[in-house]
Amino acid sequence: MENTKCECGHNNPVGTVLCEHCGKPLDERGDRPDQPLDMRYEGKARRSQTKKASLVDRVWNFFSSVKVAIWLILITLVLSALGTVFPQKQFIPSNRPEVYYAQEYGFWGDLYYKLGLYDVYESPVYIALLASIGISLVICSLDRVLPLYKALKNQQVKKSPVFIARQRVTRTETVSSEEKEALLDRLAEQLSRKYYNIRRDGDSILAEKGRFSRWGPYINHIGLILFLFGVLLRHSIPGWYLDETVFVREGETKKLPGLNYYIENKKASAELYDSEEIPMGSKNGQNVVKKYETQAVLYEKNKDTGELKEVKKGSIIVNHPMKYDDVELFQSDFSTETRAIVLNVRDQKKDRIVDTFKVNLFDPKEEYRLKEGLKVTVLDYFPDFALENKRLENGKKVSIPITKSEYPNRPAFIFKVNAPGLKKPEKSWMISGTNLDDVNKENRFAMELKTLKTVNVSGLMVRVDKSLPIIFLGGIISMIGLVMGFFWHHRRVWVRWEEGTLYIGAHTNKNWFGLRRELEDASKKAEYPLSFSPEQR
Amino acid sequence: MVQLMEYSLFTTFFCYLLSTIAFVTAVTGKGSRVGKEVHTRIWGRRGIVLAMIGVALHVVFIVVRVMIGGHFTSNMFEFIAFLCFTIVASFIVIFFLYRTVTLGAFVMPLSVIMLGYASVFPREVEPLIPALQSYWLHIHVTTVALGEGALAVGFVAGLVYLIRWVGDNRMSRTATWLEVIMAVILMVVGFVLTSFIFGAMDYQASFRHSVEGKAVVQEYHMPAIAGPYEGKTVQADSFLGMKEPLFAIPSWMEGKEAARKLNSVIWSVLSGLLLYTVLRLTIRKRIYEMLYPLVKHLNLETVDEISYRAIAIGYPIFTLGGLVFAMIWAHEAWGRFWGNDPKEIWALVTWLFYSAYLHFRLSKGWHGLKSSWMAVGGFVVILINTIFVNLVIAGLHSYA
Ligand code: HEM
Repeated sequence: MENTKCECGHNNPVGTVLCEHCGKPLDERGDRPDQPLDMRYEGKARRSQTKKASLVDRVWNFFSSVKVAIWLILITLVLSALGTVFPQKQFIPSNRPEVYYAQEYGFWGDLYYKLGLYDVYESPVYIALLASIGISLVICSLDRVLPLYKALKNQQVKKSPVFIARQRVTRTETVSSEEKEALLDRLAEQLSRKYYNIRRDGDSILAEKGRFSRWGPYINHIGLILFLFGVLLRHSIPGWYLDETVFVREGETKKLPGLNYYIENKKASAELYDSEEIPMGSKNGQNVVKKYETQAVLYEKNKDTGELKEVKKGSIIVNHPMKYDDVELFQSDFSTETRAIVLNVRDQKKDRIVDTFKVNLFDPKEEYRLKEGLKVTVLDYFPDFALENKRLENGKKVSIPITKSEYPNRPAFIFKVNAPGLKKPEKSWMISGTNLDDVNKENRFAMELKTLKTVNVSGLMVRVDKSLPIIFLGGIISMIGLVMGFFWHHRRVWVRWEEGTLYIGAHTNKNWFGLRRELEDASKKAEYPLSFSPEQR
Repeated sequence: MVQLMEYSLFTTFFCYLLSTIAFVTAVTGKGSRVGKEVHTRIWGRRGIVLAMIGVALHVVFIVVRVMIGGHFTSNMFEFIAFLCFTIVASFIVIFFLYRTVTLGAFVMPLSVIMLGYASVFPREVEPLIPALQSYWLHIHVTTVALGEGALAVGFVAGLVYLIRWVGDNRMSRTATWLEVIMAVILMVVGFVLTSFIFGAMDYQASFRHSVEGKAVVQEYHMPAIAGPYEGKTVQADSFLGMKEPLFAIPSWMEGKEAARKLNSVIWSVLSGLLLYTVLRLTIRKRIYEMLYPLVKHLNLETVDEISYRAIAIGYPIFTLGGLVFAMIWAHEAWGRFWGNDPKEIWALVTWLFYSAYLHFRLSKGWHGLKSSWMAVGGFVVILINTIFVNLVIAGLHSYA
């Protein structure tokens, strides 16, 4: 490979902008002598600038470019924002997105669905973008951090006057050779009082501080890489990620899906705020929930004996999950379910209650034998009652009773009641929440609802996420990098005296205002006040 | 207690207002007796002292509110008021770093507008629903707001840069767009003013209409220009003889409060345009031309740096609050650290936007003008997230 030789005699690799040794600008093409020097990466050559031939090099160059990175970030940004225009697939109250969006939002909804924006965060394009950002982060960091490290480690104290005079903050002063020694000493002293590290080489000074802040962006990038890596792992390693829900009734013990654990719901409760705690005219109305709680016991099943062993006991509250090993249980849903109904049988002729009986809605008996020889038979049971309109073959419309689900949301029964002294058994309808006195008015025995036996049901989210430590570690590292890079600054001051002229130049990666003030203060204390305000340039 | 809370909020508002006046005096006055420089210094000091007293009183307000309700950032009023606090606090930090009096003449009016805007929302202390009962709520929301406060100061500095830049380049596209931004700011002012005026008049109107088959009643506190789709007037105070809405919104505008929100927007736009016209007719200049004398002594490079510095301070804090703490809390409350909720997504969008800003600054030619536009754009994204997403796109975080 061809090398570029500087006037000072140093051989630089191709692509070097500023001589590695003395800092003099090498590439005169496109350089504007009236402008400050471009100090990025200390003017070092990077791999992406030196190698351009093979496919690997081209991929490398693509991903190491900050321009490409910005595009990746911006495209991700736009896609993310578009994903909030209409609700995402997971939030719509329908499992038929192909009709839902068109129906609900018309033309734009249909377009939204067809473009795949209804599920954009899980789409291959989006995942590919995140992956590209990850690759780009790795490559751009590798491409830059080594040259930067080498350049900062091998800095020369003595820099070319051209280099110093073309810094953004710079002064050139006439100083006689008698004055110079004492002045250089005083400047070094004052800068060191401002926590600069001072290196001297003859009539040159290099004062530097906060170099470690230069690694901030790279540490931040490493954190981001780790984060993305963690997200990738949880989706690709079996068993690392579990997301299920179990519904457990009070008193019930249920297996956790996909795991060898069982959960018992000892008691589930919801607590409301007192009415004094709610301001007048609250938009939430008067029933505001204060707390949902499940008192639960977690068991582990012994694989050999099948025995359940208690491993953890405690309450699960919103914001306070139960954690055991890798498993986390979150309170996510609360409802009240009707378990059983208690019915009175009234003899309407004598106007008295004959007997009371309980019907388990999940498992009703076929026949209930009551006092005075009364016999109640369940002819039909609809846990979740509804009427469906049907058209018969002869064109007549009829309504037939059906059940919508297995859950007793609206239980309905058809009973047959028989008693000694009845000519023939009576048929009795009972639909919860409906008054059927008309239908049953011929009957002697009436069914009256006495009470409902309810039970609270807790919906618990079951989560395992083994990549969480990696993800949060990534976040922490990223934050450390950000703080390093943004709350500290890398400042350098070069001073050189040569043949009656004192050159002072300074560079910082951020906060030029602070650097200028610091230099003005230091030079004042060194009894050689200089102004570095930008207007002076 | 409630009295103390109301008083502290009122005096805070007053201090911010006086601070605004002091800063504006500092940069506009000639100081004929003491000379311009001394004048600016004296009034600048008064301004910053008033801002600091205001912030201290604001802390009193927050503490009292926490003592009464146990929280201070769970609805729109509380959050915007807190955002106003963080903006002033960040400005004070930046002021002591750069001693820039001019910036005060722009940040303090913004804080006055913000506090006014906050008080438009209901101010009752509401109890927290279970999902919000977590100390992470406070940690998360305070850090987010602190970060956004600094980013907002970056926005104001960006705006100052643009006004300064346009003063030298009057015939540019930037000049036109800057004037548009000014008009939009006036619309926000218009919204606050009309809300207060109709509030003081105790204006009431209500309309009945149906949403998804259910009959609902919408309460208006501003005269209805836009009424609900197929709505019936239940009762309406007369305004300039107007008793019925001028038009009904089209049926595709969804949501139970869509008509009322659109009506507020119409009032904001109209009153903003009215303010704009009145201002233009009285000063006979464009708004930015009126502001230019305040900033013309500034050095562009320094203003650019202030804007960048404020963003560089805000970005890590926002990252911590809006992403890291947000994820920890989301994990504790919902069992997943990320759920693609619109609020979360817009926090990500904000963060990506500022990441792009920072990377753009690494390449040549993106300092100064373009960078200032991005600082302005970033604040627009923040506003979308705090206001638009809350009011229009409902999600888990929606509390208004
Ligand atoms: C969402 C993803 C990213 C975030 C949040 C991020 C964040 C940051 C931050 C905060 C800085 C410091 C900027 C400053 O000091 O003003 C930075 C610097 C940098 N970033 Fe990124 N970055 C991301 C992706 C990338 C990618 C994909 C590349 C690949 C080309 C990249 C290349 C760089 C470079 C070259 C620097 C300058 C380092 C230096 O000053 O020495 N970044 N990044």
